[in-house]
Amino acid sequence: MALAFDEYGRPFIILREQDQKTRLRGLDAQKANIAAGKAVARILRTSLGPKGMDKMLQSPDGEVTITNDGATILEQMDVDNQIGKLMVELSRSQDYEIGDGTTGVVVMAGSLLEQAEKLLERGIHPIRIAEGYEVASRIAFEHLEQIANKFEFSAANVEPLIQTCMTTLSSKIVNRCKRSLAEIAVKAVLAVADLERRDVNLDLIKVEGKVGGKLEDTELIYGIIVDKDMSHPQMPKQIVDANIAILTCPFEPPKPKTKHKVDIDTVEKFQTLRQQEQKYFDDMVQKCKDVGATLVICQWGFDDEANHLLMNRDLPAIRWVGGVELELIAIATGGRIVPRFQELTTEKLGKAGLVREKAFGTTKDRMIYIEHCANSRAVTIFIRGGNKMMIEETKRSIHDALCVARNLIRNKSIVYGGGSAEISCSIAVEAAADKYPGVEQYAIRAFADALDAIPMALAENSGLQPIETLSAVKSQQIKENNSYCGIDCNDVGTNDMREQNVFETLIGKQQQILLATQVVKMILKIDDVISPSDY
Amino acid sequence: MAIENLFKDEATEEKGERARMASFIGAMAIADLVKTTLGPKGMDKILQSTGRGQSVTVTNDGATILKSLHIDNPAAKVLVDISKVQDDEVGDGTTSVVVLAGELLREAEKLVNAKIHPMTIIAGYRMASECARNALLEKVIDNKLDAEKFKEDLMNIARTTLSSKILSQDKEHFAKLAVDAVMRLKGSTNLESIQIIKKTGGALTESFLDEGFILDKKIGVGQPKRIENAKILVANTAMDTDKVKIYGARVRVDSMAKVAEIEVAEKEKMREKVQKIIGHGINCFVNRQLIYNFPEELFADAGVLAIEHADFDGIERLGLVTGGEIASTFDNPESVKLGHCKLIEEIMIGEDKLIHFSGVAMGQACTIVLRGASPHMLDEAERSLHDALCVLSQTVNDSRVLYGGGYPEMVMAKAVDELAKKTPGKRSHAIEAFSRALVAIPTTIADNAGLDSAELVAQLRAEHHKEGSNAGIDVLTGSVGDMAKLGISEAFKVKHAVLLSATEAAEMILRVDEIITCAPRRREDRM
Repeated sequence: MALAFDEYGRPFIILREQDQKTRLRGLDAQKANIAAGKAVARILRTSLGPKGMDKMLQSPDGEVTITNDGATILEQMDVDNQIGKLMVELSRSQDYEIGDGTTGVVVMAGSLLEQAEKLLERGIHPIRIAEGYEVASRIAFEHLEQIANKFEFSAANVEPLIQTCMTTLSSKIVNRCKRSLAEIAVKAVLAVADLERRDVNLDLIKVEGKVGGKLEDTELIYGIIVDKDMSHPQMPKQIVDANIAILTCPFEPPKPKTKHKVDIDTVEKFQTLRQQEQKYFDDMVQKCKDVGATLVICQWGFDDEANHLLMNRDLPAIRWVGGVELELIAIATGGRIVPRFQELTTEKLGKAGLVREKAFGTTKDRMIYIEHCANSRAVTIFIRGGNKMMIEETKRSIHDALCVARNLIRNKSIVYGGGSAEISCSIAVEAAADKYPGVEQYAIRAFADALDAIPMALAENSGLQPIETLSAVKSQQIKENNSYCGIDCNDVGTNDMREQNVFETLIGKQQQILLATQVVKMILKIDDVISPSDY
Repeated sequence: MAIENLFKDEATEEKGERARMASFIGAMAIADLVKTTLGPKGMDKILQSTGRGQSVTVTNDGATILKSLHIDNPAAKVLVDISKVQDDEVGDGTTSVVVLAGELLREAEKLVNAKIHPMTIIAGYRMASECARNALLEKVIDNKLDAEKFKEDLMNIARTTLSSKILSQDKEHFAKLAVDAVMRLKGSTNLESIQIIKKTGGALTESFLDEGFILDKKIGVGQPKRIENAKILVANTAMDTDKVKIYGARVRVDSMAKVAEIEVAEKEKMREKVQKIIGHGINCFVNRQLIYNFPEELFADAGVLAIEHADFDGIERLGLVTGGEIASTFDNPESVKLGHCKLIEEIMIGEDKLIHFSGVAMGQACTIVLRGASPHMLDEAERSLHDALCVLSQTVNDSRVLYGGGYPEMVMAKAVDELAKKTPGKRSHAIEAFSRALVAIPTTIADNAGLDSAELVAQLRAEHHKEGSNAGIDVLTGSVGDMAKLGISEAFKVKHAVLLSATEAAEMILRVDEIITCAPRRREDRM
């Protein structure tokens, strides 16, 4: 196949080492791709919803992760198949963009592929299917906007926000204390949010975890926690009204960047050098003291002598603080990061109401809390939990909740969860399909069927009869013309999602549909897969 | 059309029932492994390391056993992890937590086989654990206000903890040691300030608690061996050549005479430094780093006792007990706080010479000297003592106490059973299973002691249905006894942590329905 002839009739090779490559073409290629995409989606399908199961992943180094978060599962799954990698990318982009719904988007894409396969078997050209999907996704997108509700919240009334975060958290292992975690997430986001500009900088929220204690002990700290201790064991453990000098220069004699040598050839030189060295240390500490600092936070280490001088002058210090943490401390305390001792001035000091060292458990673990900062915009969520995996999973869950809260601040529109939005879209798309002439009609209808997959998976995971439940809810939606009937996953007894307070963000849902459609379109357009065989 | 390689080579994927089975089996295997060490008559394990020397550890401590295992099963790793956390957080109950989690999973497996969905089981377990916790809270005894009784409680806890370890023969002795040591801490949980020194030789009963502080170091040659009313300077400074720290400095000379001059200057500098140190008016100098012969000689001339190379912890503790600050510069003698103690002397334990600081200003730190026949014995004794110390220090902070000997488990089981009767739906099966898992702990204790567990547990259960019973298993006589009279107590915090972490771990493993194992990272062949 890959052999062509030039104008003289001599054969030349287009694809090198043809026989060493495996190659799939045409319908086979499409089907293989679809099968791969479906396989990935199938893995995630059981993780969907509040009763979804977790996956246990063992990394190449033997570390165990237990998680329910779609993006994390796919990231650590070590996928080799190219199409599988596309799905991984898909879930990652949902994670970056929205932060939540990473499982849903993959399941959605999987079911779109499944429907496409059926159409392909009927002989419909993949491009026509792709076009039909495109039209259908636009219909769904607009429909979502119509059924979306604006909801009101203010700094005083955060209840709706908390409810939405709770929906996100209820599918995670932490759903035991979802209420308190949701409150923490909302408070954290509100603390850093700029409500005027509708902007939230999630970088200002630091999520720190420490093994031990229980999940209920997780707390929100209006300040920063640093996993370090005071540089000298006898420094005070608590400082009230601290003036903090934030330094990125070491407490050591300067090291000029240019190469140089100081030659000692006489006794005098030896003496002067020694005195100079002592003076360096003395000056550095004195400089900090002079500008009125009561706490020094340094990115680098100190020499033993400097350490003692600091201690001697009642100047507590923390060393080896990471760059990111240093920045956060600077933001929180309103200080400036000072790169040279000469530039240290009183204005550049950060202020904090209370700095204290806290010990945990029976081991020597200590952490430093910097609280009551001048600028309370930087907050820390401090997670406690039974074991490392629990903490990691909680971190991921909190991240999702934070993202949801942020999205709501950006855009106040919500849709109802529990699969109700998908069902409603499915009905709308189905109705619209009939109006389209041509082959696309089939694809649009298939899209509607694919949308049903999410409520179906939800019902299945919750131990309900999937087809029965779905058709009941669907007919209820059509009959009552409401868009908030969903799957009653928690067995509450009503499928009115307004009553159950299950919300999702509008942009999250829209993004899901758009991203899933895009990826599916891309996969459908592939008709030749060339892969080098193993060597 | 089947897709062949979704994952990389050698990566495996287990789904649904198979995945669940793999994790159940792994977790139960781990639980069964440590099960026989539970209780006062539990057996020990020998662990042989694969590293060089094939060092051998004999232990009864769950966390230590699990830490040393090489485990491949991911679910088993979760259990190892909780045992580690239990060790870090409360120090004791490391075996119980694994056994309980294992039992919970064993019961869950039966339920799963009976076609109950894992999520339903989790819901039931959660309710049960909440209920068990409340039942425990009702039964706690708090003697914080009554110092006498509280001390008695502590003694009981220490005795109970130690009775399952190698120290059980001398538990009275060690319980007293541990309680005394912890009482000195005055509520701090920093066990760093209790130093444990192990010296082979002698019998376990010869171990003692020293009021002062013992440093495992020798006194320099020619220096006084005994100092009364010592003034101590604790330092962390270089006492060798004291390099010039300015970057790029180096010595370059052009004649021998110059070298000699600089050497003299260097010596002069050291002499000055020593003079400054002596100028603090001290008669004892303890340094973290080496002290070279020359300064040592100078110290000896001045009649100052110089101790070199005390490690970091030693320095910190010494600073703590004597109230001195750890100094690195010596220019302002007036502002450096010196440490004080009544007497420094060299003492002999077994064959070794140690330095003993007694009559220290602040009595927070103390030293426990352990004696025993072999290093293995001493290691195990240290671990046991560490467990006891951890539990005691936690109890000082949270003074709630429970009776031991399977009593808390029976109380919880009873409450959980009652909850099961009231709960409608399939969840009640899971709640019942929870109570069965709880009862498995006293059963195991009895089994390990070679008693008729079925008979005993049944008696115990009957006993518990009477109001206000304090019944538990008395392993020594092999019958059901009154725990209050026998003085068997456990810290509430330990039991509480066991309950919560075991439930959490079981829940985590139950939620899994798929295990994906990545291909192990290839090691470079270094041969």
